[in-house]
Amino acid sequence: MAGSNGNAIVRGISLRIDSGESVAVIGRSGAGKTTLLRLLNGLATPSSGTVVIDGLALTGSGLAARRRRIGTILQAPALFPHLTVFENVATVPRLLEWPEERIRRTSAELLERLDMPFDRFAGRFPRSLSGGEQQRVGIARAMAAAPPLLLCDEPFSALDPIVRRDLQDSFVALRDRGDVTLLFVTHDVSEAFRVARRIVLVDSGLIVADLPSSEFVRSAHPLIHRFLDAARMPEAP
Amino acid sequence: MNGLTSEIVHATAQHLLIVGVAIFVATSAGIPIGIACVRNRRSGRVVLRLIDMIQTIPSLALFGFLIPLPLIGGIGIRTAIVALILYSLLPVVRNTVTGIAGVDPLVVEAATALGMTERQRLMRIDLPLALPSIFGGIRIATVIAIGVATIAAAVGGGGLGTLIFRGVAMVDSTRILAGALPAAALAVAADLLFGALERLAARRLGV
Repeated sequence: MAGSNGNAIVRGISLRIDSGESVAVIGRSGAGKTTLLRLLNGLATPSSGTVVIDGLALTGSGLAARRRRIGTILQAPALFPHLTVFENVATVPRLLEWPEERIRRTSAELLERLDMPFDRFAGRFPRSLSGGEQQRVGIARAMAAAPPLLLCDEPFSALDPIVRRDLQDSFVALRDRGDVTLLFVTHDVSEAFRVARRIVLVDSGLIVADLPSSEFVRSAHPLIHRFLDAARMPEAP
Repeated sequence: MNGLTSEIVHATAQHLLIVGVAIFVATSAGIPIGIACVRNRRSGRVVLRLIDMIQTIPSLALFGFLIPLPLIGGIGIRTAIVALILYSLLPVVRNTVTGIAGVDPLVVEAATALGMTERQRLMRIDLPLALPSIFGGIRIATVIAIGVATIAAAVGGGGLGTLIFRGVAMVDSTRILAGALPAAALAVAADLLFGALERLAARRLGV
């Protein structure tokens, strides 16, 4: 994958994720985490190599239809400003031409579980929501059609720590309810531990570690140490 | 109804017809042209430059150029409408381009990531979000067309310009005003109407 200056952003990446796995991709800013995620839903195209999902290479033909089976949650929720909360959440089910009654029921359930009562929020427009509420709608919109693969790119990074913790918990609860494969990009180690059982460390476009989270803490890798150190609470004086 | 009043009513109706047809055609053609310009940036720039150039031709000259052309030219209402369509294209096309290009790239990316095809994204996201800008283009085009249409009388296009030209020839300011005042009123009314639509669309988007 080459950047605009011709230098590779990620290279020599070989990553296999089995269905049902939850994988956190961590790394410093600019390490190539986001590019890795964008390759997985075809928002970026590799200059060499292939991305294979469900045994099929991810290429131009039918890409739009395949993306409906991949839930993507981006850093900015980027809700559709002219559509209500309900219409935003209904986006993918409507593309899949679900019956309207089923769309309503699924959206209501999903929003309730994210702590947004359907009656109160369904008809509101994104501009009237707080950042945390918008992020929740973004999560519901990505998960509305129960996609078997979820890609998340630092979805909680812009939120205050308490809202962030709340959302992580409701997100994990949602994840555990469905048969879902998860790839979660973050630069926050504690978040990685919370949402994933396997941690992939990316640095300068390369995978430098790929470990179950239980082994991650014991690793001798210097960059892992720096991440763990950075996440440690200071001792009270 | 005395002679002048009925003349004014008749000319106003004719004026509205010319402008209405021209704006309708310019909008129906201009929005798709604008969409095509956004999709093919390079040829889009050439097309925009061409439409820009039409706008720089003085209106009286444009009417004159059209007269000798077969099918679309000649003396009469047809030439007037064709010239007005050409003038009205620019604001519609340009504002369609501006409106679509101005959609938040993150919103566009979200629509793509969720699995919308290009066409679905255009119909469900790009165009609705570009609507205030497109209405703005139609508003400008209409106000300009109402003014320029008065000159159409010079090529036998009819409309309120007929009264103005006759008034000028007869040095009769009552007659000039009989053409000019309704034309001004029409322009103000169109400005208010499309301005309201523009604000309505914008308010729905919360901007």
